[in-house]
Amino acid sequence: MRRIAEPRNKLKSTKALQAAVVRFAGDSGDGIQLTGSQFTDTTALFGNDLATCPEYPAEIRAPAGTLPGVSGYQIHFGSKDVLTPGDAVDALIAMNPAALVASLSDLKTNGIVIVNTDSFKERDLRKARLSSNPLDDYTLDRFRVFAVAITTLTRRAVEDLKLDGRIVDRCKNFFALGMCYWLYSRPMEPTLRWIGDKFAENPQLVEANRRALRAGYSYCDATEAFQIQYEVPPARLAPGVYRNVSGNTALSLGLIAASQRSGAPLFLGSYPITPASEILHELARHKNFGVITFQAEDEIGAIGAAIGAAFAGALAVTTTSGPGMALNAESVGLAVMVELPLVICNIQRGGPSTGLPTKTEQADLFQALFGRHGEAPAPVLAASSPGDCFTVAYEASRIALKYMVPVIVLSDGYLARSTGPWRIPELDDLPAIKARYRADPDGFAPYARDPETLARPWAIPGTPGLEHRVGGLEKRDVSGVIDYDPLNHERMVDLRARKVAAIAREIGPVVPKGDGDGDLLIVGWGSTKGAIRAAAQARRAGGRRIGHVHLRYLNPLPPNLADVLIRYKRVLVPELNMGQLAWLLRSRFLVDAIVFGKNQGQPFRQREIEAKIEEALR
Amino acid sequence: MNAPASSYKKEDFETDQDVRWCPGCGDFAILSALQSVFADLGVPREKLVIVSGIGCSSRLPYYVNTYGFHGIHGRAPAIATGVKLANPDLEVWIATGDGDALAIGGNHLIHALRRNIGVKILLFNNRVYSLTKGQSSPTSELGQKTKSAPYGSIDPPFNALALALGAGATFVARSIDAFLPHLKSTLRRAAAHKGAAFVEILQNCLVFNDGAFGRLTDKNARGENLLVLEDGQPLVFGRRHDKGLRLNGLDFEAVVMDGGSADHDVLIHDERRSGEGYAYLLARMSDHADLPTPIGVFRDVQRPCYEDSVRAQIREITKEQGAGDLEKLLRAGSSWEVRE
Ligand code: SF4
Repeated sequence: MRRIAEPRNKLKSTKALQAAVVRFAGDSGDGIQLTGSQFTDTTALFGNDLATCPEYPAEIRAPAGTLPGVSGYQIHFGSKDVLTPGDAVDALIAMNPAALVASLSDLKTNGIVIVNTDSFKERDLRKARLSSNPLDDYTLDRFRVFAVAITTLTRRAVEDLKLDGRIVDRCKNFFALGMCYWLYSRPMEPTLRWIGDKFAENPQLVEANRRALRAGYSYCDATEAFQIQYEVPPARLAPGVYRNVSGNTALSLGLIAASQRSGAPLFLGSYPITPASEILHELARHKNFGVITFQAEDEIGAIGAAIGAAFAGALAVTTTSGPGMALNAESVGLAVMVELPLVICNIQRGGPSTGLPTKTEQADLFQALFGRHGEAPAPVLAASSPGDCFTVAYEASRIALKYMVPVIVLSDGYLARSTGPWRIPELDDLPAIKARYRADPDGFAPYARDPETLARPWAIPGTPGLEHRVGGLEKRDVSGVIDYDPLNHERMVDLRARKVAAIAREIGPVVPKGDGDGDLLIVGWGSTKGAIRAAAQARRAGGRRIGHVHLRYLNPLPPNLADVLIRYKRVLVPELNMGQLAWLLRSRFLVDAIVFGKNQGQPFRQREIEAKIEEALR
Repeated sequence: MNAPASSYKKEDFETDQDVRWCPGCGDFAILSALQSVFADLGVPREKLVIVSGIGCSSRLPYYVNTYGFHGIHGRAPAIATGVKLANPDLEVWIATGDGDALAIGGNHLIHALRRNIGVKILLFNNRVYSLTKGQSSPTSELGQKTKSAPYGSIDPPFNALALALGAGATFVARSIDAFLPHLKSTLRRAAAHKGAAFVEILQNCLVFNDGAFGRLTDKNARGENLLVLEDGQPLVFGRRHDKGLRLNGLDFEAVVMDGGSADHDVLIHDERRSGEGYAYLLARMSDHADLPTPIGVFRDVQRPCYEDSVRAQIREITKEQGAGDLEKLLRAGSSWEVRE
């Protein structure tokens, strides 16, 4: 697997790199996502650490060749820790002019640009609203340009198969992929195998795509144009079995794992919404795990059904994004009141309102913490990498079942789609998780509490002798009957708050990465972890004393956070919003946290955070 | 503590909660009917679940000694769907009102009926918002004076049964709080139905809309205004059972049955008639001043119910693919091993 192909042309030189960033860009119809994920799978199998970031056009079928129609896929891979999909691109593969101009600003000086010259005709330029051909003017002067007639060469490679022209042209992405495999010394076998499986029913397509891939590879090998080939040796990842996962896939797997391990059947109530829908799709595929996926009439129906399923004993989940979360608010309050286990996943996107459905943002933290009427506390957890979505989904389920509470999971559009290597956990290493159904009628009261967790019993319909009524009206302590007594209400408000606060005991102290005290503590949450970590590492290498705390638990907060905060001269909080976590830290700990917000629908770049670190330390 | 299901008495379904409806409210009769029907059903008490939304009607679960869930406004069908899907062995009933089911919860109601999920929906229709003290509801009649429409309602009302039929309901019935035996038999029929059962119960709110159904319940008036549906029997009404319904074009018309030829045109009630058209015409009769209002079972047909389809698919896929193996699932796709 680790074999690196020998270049045929011995005149060419090979250069070793620690890391590289490659971006594939073209029309959605060009198979960019597929090309990118093939490159990713191969690179993962090859043993590099990596992070990816796919970018889809907002419209389903944006006009071909136009800027809004550009689909992109970026991968950062290396032989050391790879924490972000990369600020700047080393090699760009642009299948048309729109894709080229959309990516130029991210390209490194002297970076590689491979363009498909066959799609730089007059008509193509017009669609991209270009008045002159970037291949002929000065646009690309700063870069190493490889102008290749990819379409023509692909056609030639499969000529004798006598295939339909449209089918032939759809193979051209494999030609481009072949070129990249050569350029970065990747093996072709995994993709050759994949093509065989994918098109198993059509041997001609197998042959055509394989030929295109090989043709792209040999083209680089044979022509004079490419004189340098790169090698990015495998990374030293911790031992274990790995796979490459997206956040939404990992989250789905975490829920299934929680269900399997706890013994509570998984029930998902959901309504389609970008960027959460893939979780519904993924879970709908796994019916042989007894998973029930219910596509409701709206988000309120989805969470309502989930609450009903929780009442009846399921590990109940609802998945949505900001707008759906807004609709869910009243029902989350109900779940708080009836004290049933429920996992609510908000895959955040740019807001407010319909906002930026396909872009990422972290502006729903306040909504998660406070977006309900009344005193309605709920634990809030945030995932920080694609693989971490598994851990957080599992942990949220564990907390929900143990404490009989609704738990909110925050992910976002960037985590949902980006991928990274994930070390598959050994089942025995997963934390204990258990659905505890009450069966004993003796001494049963619906709101009698476990003295340690303050959880009320889960007495599910079908259990003889435990018939009882729950609902949204205030309950009398212990008996659970309706009660409007002032002191009882105060007591119940307090109990619900204490129950959530007590979870802090279990979550353990935070330990800052980097320096344990010093000039600056960076506090982050969610998907910004990679960019913050990379920036902090770089600035520490530059002599700064910096610590980084990345919060998984946003409610309750880790018990020692206050002590950690005071060990540093300054506290910087980068987040993809106007400063919501900073606001929370300020109000909770009276710390003068510096807000670093970004509201562009895009993740942080490492260099942005580095610049802000320097500014904060000035 | 739990008596065997076969020997239940009505008292077994009472709770120690004080019933908080206004004395004389029609809801008492419905509660009492439901408790008696539950006692007769032979279903173990622990397998019964009542889900409700918000409104006077929705207090009902607190007063019935089964499992109960007093939800939030309009969402009972959603919650009940989750209960039934999670455990299809449960018998799930919904108590809802005209505002709860037809205004704020309209969406959930029509989709529950569309899916034919096996829940029994009891819609207490008093044509007014009562718990919030007297505003117009989606079934308030044109011109009806309420607190929110002091000069009379200008919103055309919903016909609950027509709406249910339009949503594909497989069981549609109507009864009245004042007719206890009829109410009980209607509830029994609903209980026996497999799939979603929709029962509109005309219910008198003596505080905010007293006498709303007087023309149907009043001893002197009801003969002319009420038509009691019985399967296989002609559509006959009138104080002297001397009037019948026949088709005139695509509408019903009332004819006097005098032994003449018109008698033969009078339709025979058929709950299982294919297509919703016939039941729909029956449902719409209450909108016409010159036609009587039918009560009883309008339609009772079979269609796959949702919880069965959901389970069947899971069984089928599991048979095909084998029971899920978590270890395998986590390692699916291309995985690779990093050694020490
Ligand atoms: S307000 Fe009307 S519906 Fe409500 S309890 Fe009183 S009489 Fe019954």
